[in-house]
Amino acid sequence: MPRERIEIPYEVEWLQVLDEDGNLDEERMPDVEDDELLAWHRAMLLARRFDERLLQLQRQGRIGTFAPVKGQEAAQVGAVAAIGEEDWVVPSFRETAAAVWRGVPLEGLILYNAGYNEGAAVPEGRRDLPIAIPVATQLPAAVGVAYGAKYRGSDEVVMTFFGDGATSEGDFHESMNFAKVFECPTVFVCQNNQWAISIPREDQTKSKTLAQKALAHGFPGIQVDGNDPLAVHVAAKEATERARAGEGPTMIECVTYRLSLHTTADDPSKYRDEAEVEEWQKKDPLPRFQRFLEERDLLSGEGVESLEEELAAEIESAWESARETMDELDDPLVMFDHVYEERPPYLEEQREELARFGGAVGREGEESE
Amino acid sequence: MSERTMVEALRLALEQEMEADDSVLVLGEDVGVDGGVFRVTEGLLDAYGEARVMDTPLAESVIVGAALGMAIRGLKPVAEIQFSGFTYLAFHQLESHAARIRWRSRGRFTAPMVVRTPYGAGVRALEHHSESREAYWAHTPGLKTVIPSGPRSARALLVAAIRDPDPVVFYEPKAIYRAFREEVPDEEETLPIGQAAVAREGAEITLVTWGAMLKRTLDAAEVLADEDGVAAEVIDVRTVSPLDAETIAVSARKTGRVAVVHEAPRSFGPGAEVVARLVEKVFWWLEAPVKRITAPDVITPYFAREQAYLPAVERIVAGAREVLETEA
Repeated sequence: MPRERIEIPYEVEWLQVLDEDGNLDEERMPDVEDDELLAWHRAMLLARRFDERLLQLQRQGRIGTFAPVKGQEAAQVGAVAAIGEEDWVVPSFRETAAAVWRGVPLEGLILYNAGYNEGAAVPEGRRDLPIAIPVATQLPAAVGVAYGAKYRGSDEVVMTFFGDGATSEGDFHESMNFAKVFECPTVFVCQNNQWAISIPREDQTKSKTLAQKALAHGFPGIQVDGNDPLAVHVAAKEATERARAGEGPTMIECVTYRLSLHTTADDPSKYRDEAEVEEWQKKDPLPRFQRFLEERDLLSGEGVESLEEELAAEIESAWESARETMDELDDPLVMFDHVYEERPPYLEEQREELARFGGAVGREGEESE
Repeated sequence: MSERTMVEALRLALEQEMEADDSVLVLGEDVGVDGGVFRVTEGLLDAYGEARVMDTPLAESVIVGAALGMAIRGLKPVAEIQFSGFTYLAFHQLESHAARIRWRSRGRFTAPMVVRTPYGAGVRALEHHSESREAYWAHTPGLKTVIPSGPRSARALLVAAIRDPDPVVFYEPKAIYRAFREEVPDEEETLPIGQAAVAREGAEITLVTWGAMLKRTLDAAEVLADEDGVAAEVIDVRTVSPLDAETIAVSARKTGRVAVVHEAPRSFGPGAEVVARLVEKVFWWLEAPVKRITAPDVITPYFAREQAYLPAVERIVAGAREVLETEA
């Protein structure tokens, strides 16, 4: 009787193109125009500065709880840069850098974080789903959108984001499985940022990699240096091409790090050592990519400086216009909008009941400017 | 016009909608080759192919969640969850996403999707196969919960649910899947969602019910007419949410006496909402306290005792008499 090794299709690879010191593996350098590389850098830096500003606003009590993206800019921008406007992004809740790349207005992101539903409005024509908070629950819809796109014979690809913690959820496995069974054109981008609030990666799962979970579902998974936008991009491009060619899903595990907080309500000092954070600071995607661009003569110290000024102005202008919009959004009755296409009679009654108080009730607890 | 069981009527609705609109597709466990465990989707795979009749992996959350994604992409998916006792695995997808995508995206993305699922006791099934938990879905803003009571309403309401712009949980009373036949027109027929119907007219008491309990309630009304000479009005709610309280209130104003009949457990059940609406709207017309004739607040017993658990015709008659005999 035989007892022998069963060959599983695919192996898990590790990919890095640009190392921690900014050294490039020329052979693996993806075919990306210089302007494009600069656009990535701009989006990454904008996301970083915007994140810092949001944190400041949160600490001043001007906006609510949010999930900082700091440290994960390369994993997000490198990935979304591989898809086009006709493609879909299905985010979780920490995809600020991806959103910035996709052109989601900063003002909307501020409004969202300031507690206004209007901030989550998705502009017509844009194929970005709104933020989804419960971990991994965005994935079933992502594969459904992908199936719909395939059913219609379109070329669209769905790129969906989630974290290391999500890989323990049932929705993750159900969606991965469904995606392969029906060959849905989906790119699963896992941002393994090492921490799911207080649970470290090694206690989340004893799998050696997260990428290998794709193999169990019958499709390739690759592990990449998530702080190297070039490596992420190479993997995302390949995954997108496979999806468009009808070869179904791919999973990309971006090994990165949450340099900041889980959310602004979190205190990481309770569960992780500062020394670990310092180690990962050295692998920060931004200085690394900046050095690479400088070495290619695409960027100079002066260039960065003027870019910083430009981005600061863009962020301030978004904040100013968000503030103005907030002043205009004093009607809480919008909560009754968009519950159903047509408002049922009892909901109309409830709306009128609240309307009698003129929207003034419930404002006492709010801080004044 | 031909006589059909509810299973055949539901199939007719699916066939005609799939024939008319290629954005309608069906997905679920065993819905293709097997035609569904209750055979509702029988023949659809041969007629429309596997891209539109999807035998999915055994995973309820992604069945409902993928349906949501398809709806966002412009399709009109009809997901089948084999038994309502397994819908809870997809609770998150309905409560957190399908019900909210329109609201969350400020109308940019919508979920014109249907989740069909058989519910209710009376078919001597295993545990988890006999519950009646429409209140879970009715409690979720953004969802609609529809329950037909016979073949004709099943067909017309399913067509309406498929065409509805919002997500519909379509509860199918499996106890009457094949219990009786009704005339169901071959030509297109729909019924408005959110509208109850008067199933039997009467002026002395209003009996409010839905789903498999309609037949029993109509039988009870017959007993009341024969034995007591009482004309009971029977309301078939059809849409548990958004509830058509107006039709119920109009009847209650006329009769002044009301009982609600449902097979869901009593406490915090859908009957409580009916009673609350009546208290709010027609309190001064009521001549007696409103009675709830329901299943007790226990786990649905194994089938040897399920008929004792369900409101029987005798219990409905007795409950109605109690309401009728109360002096103001």
